[in-house]
Amino acid sequence: MSDNSAPTLIGSTGDSLREAFGKALSEIAPDYPNLVVLDADVAGGTGVHNFRKAHPDKFVQCGIAEQNMMAAAGGLAAVGMLPVVTGFAVFLTRAYEQARLSIAYAGRNAKIVASHPGLDVGPDGASAQAFEDLAAFRAIPGMTVISPADPVEMKLATRAVLDFNGPVYMRTGRSGAKRIFGEDHVFEIGKGQIVRHGKDVTLIGCGVEVARCLEAADLLQEEGINARVVNMATIKPIDAELLTRCARETGCIVTAEDHNVYGGLGSAVAEAIVQGQPCPIEYVGIKDRFGSSGEPDELAELYGITAPFIATAAKRAIQRKRELA
Amino acid sequence: MKLAAKLAAQSGDTSLNAPEIEAQIRDAARYTRQHTIASIFRAESGHPGGSLSCADILATLFGAEMNVWPEGVSDFTRDRFVLSKGHACPALYGVAAYYGFCDKRAALSLRKLNSPYQGHPSVRDLPWVETSTGSLGQGFGVALGMALGLKMQKNSARVFALLGDGELQEGMVWETVMCAAHHKLDNLCAILDYNKMQSDALNADICGLEPMADKWNAFGWNVEEIDGHDIPEIIAALQRAQSAAGKPTVVIAHTIKGKGVSYMEGSPAWHGSVKFTREQAEAALADLGASPSEIEELLYV
Repeated sequence: MSDNSAPTLIGSTGDSLREAFGKALSEIAPDYPNLVVLDADVAGGTGVHNFRKAHPDKFVQCGIAEQNMMAAAGGLAAVGMLPVVTGFAVFLTRAYEQARLSIAYAGRNAKIVASHPGLDVGPDGASAQAFEDLAAFRAIPGMTVISPADPVEMKLATRAVLDFNGPVYMRTGRSGAKRIFGEDHVFEIGKGQIVRHGKDVTLIGCGVEVARCLEAADLLQEEGINARVVNMATIKPIDAELLTRCARETGCIVTAEDHNVYGGLGSAVAEAIVQGQPCPIEYVGIKDRFGSSGEPDELAELYGITAPFIATAAKRAIQRKRELA
Repeated sequence: MKLAAKLAAQSGDTSLNAPEIEAQIRDAARYTRQHTIASIFRAESGHPGGSLSCADILATLFGAEMNVWPEGVSDFTRDRFVLSKGHACPALYGVAAYYGFCDKRAALSLRKLNSPYQGHPSVRDLPWVETSTGSLGQGFGVALGMALGLKMQKNSARVFALLGDGELQEGMVWETVMCAAHHKLDNLCAILDYNKMQSDALNADICGLEPMADKWNAFGWNVEEIDGHDIPEIIAALQRAQSAAGKPTVVIAHTIKGKGVSYMEGSPAWHGSVKFTREQAEAALADLGASPSEIEELLYV
């Protein structure tokens, strides 16, 4: 007999993004009669154990077989179901081609929700830390890519993703997430948000890095630098209008992501900026390396994605802006 | 009424006995093979060997087994067919054209710029194609998802997936095999076009697949083993699949690669992607019973 109760989440201090996702999904499920959630034996880790317990008839156990799970989601969508594929980010990239052909190219309304992204995975080490998923899924035509920042936003994004017609890749997170937004927060796919006003530099983050950007803005304020912070929860399609405005108003940008600096948020921002309002951009992220074991905060420090690194990058960006002026 | 019977009735034969229906299916298979040769000749590329080997299976499936009709390609209750071995699409386009799902002449535009008849089937381009395939193993997994979703919605439609033998070397096929048995998907029927050859050589020389039936049996599937060119045998196996409650069925159809064209039969060289000379295409069509005027029409008009 399987135990469907919630497991003890090792290393979690607050409500993690994965738990927020799993709870939201269970809560809103009655509004989506054709919803079906697929799991590859990691429901305890993805937050989907909440859903399994509440809606066992809408939960499909696929076994440790992500490729079949992803293709099956394409088939489920083909006959009118609303499938949500869940798993660890690194193992869902294993089913990348199935997402490409059987979901995106086939034009299916299926959702892919990945927990355990980036250094946020922590002690499981490099093999489990996906630094490539945003880049990979962003490159699939028609795939929307989302990485919400806190539990409040995750709940709103979960509904938005189910309401959206088309394939979506969404990152959750493993560690206890910092609460950023109030209950009045609004989430819209494709829209970035200024979460702190400022005029000297714009710090743009997604996922767990938004909290670190806010922390960096505090550090910069101590030095008299007035940093703007943008939560860019949708990486694709990127909010080019907001980016152009921030480039014009602050003259330089820092991007921060728990992901390789190649191909993710930083690249998406740069692509839009060079076509809109070119300005200096500094990237904070994992510098084309693999991860290692350690607690998420220890790793963030080791790999240079904590607030002080963002603040230092901001000063470099401001310096470059001045040199150009 | 199934498509072959419908066509037989239209041609004035109202007796509709097994021999008449079988003759109709045989005619569909003959056209499917001719269409395969003609479209690949016109495209100057494509995969003839594995298209010819599955022509009888496709003609029987569409003609005598599946509940799907050209006027009802989006009916929720239709049976679904997935060509998991997507490279055999010249045969799929041929059989679809024969039974009226698409225009015969249009379907000859295989692989051409702006043609919906791509080198592998695309659900974006053709409404009667159930999913896009061409990456081996995936179509089967999609078919499993369809079978699961239909059951969840209490829809009694069946799902058929045609697999190649080389395709079974893809690891994900066995993920699907396990998952389908675990979920007791008796509305899913896999058909294996077992022509024993793949792109470069015999399966046995690339990565052996035997014992075939034992593998599927061990994974908990109902196994039917038949001659994949014997139409009554195909019909009987597909019908038996329906009565295997609680288990998915695999029909292991022993076939001949290049079937119907003497110089291709049993030669992996014709797996594809190949370019036919005029002489080769004309000889192949002659083998397949096309008259000189039909050859002219199929290849050059």
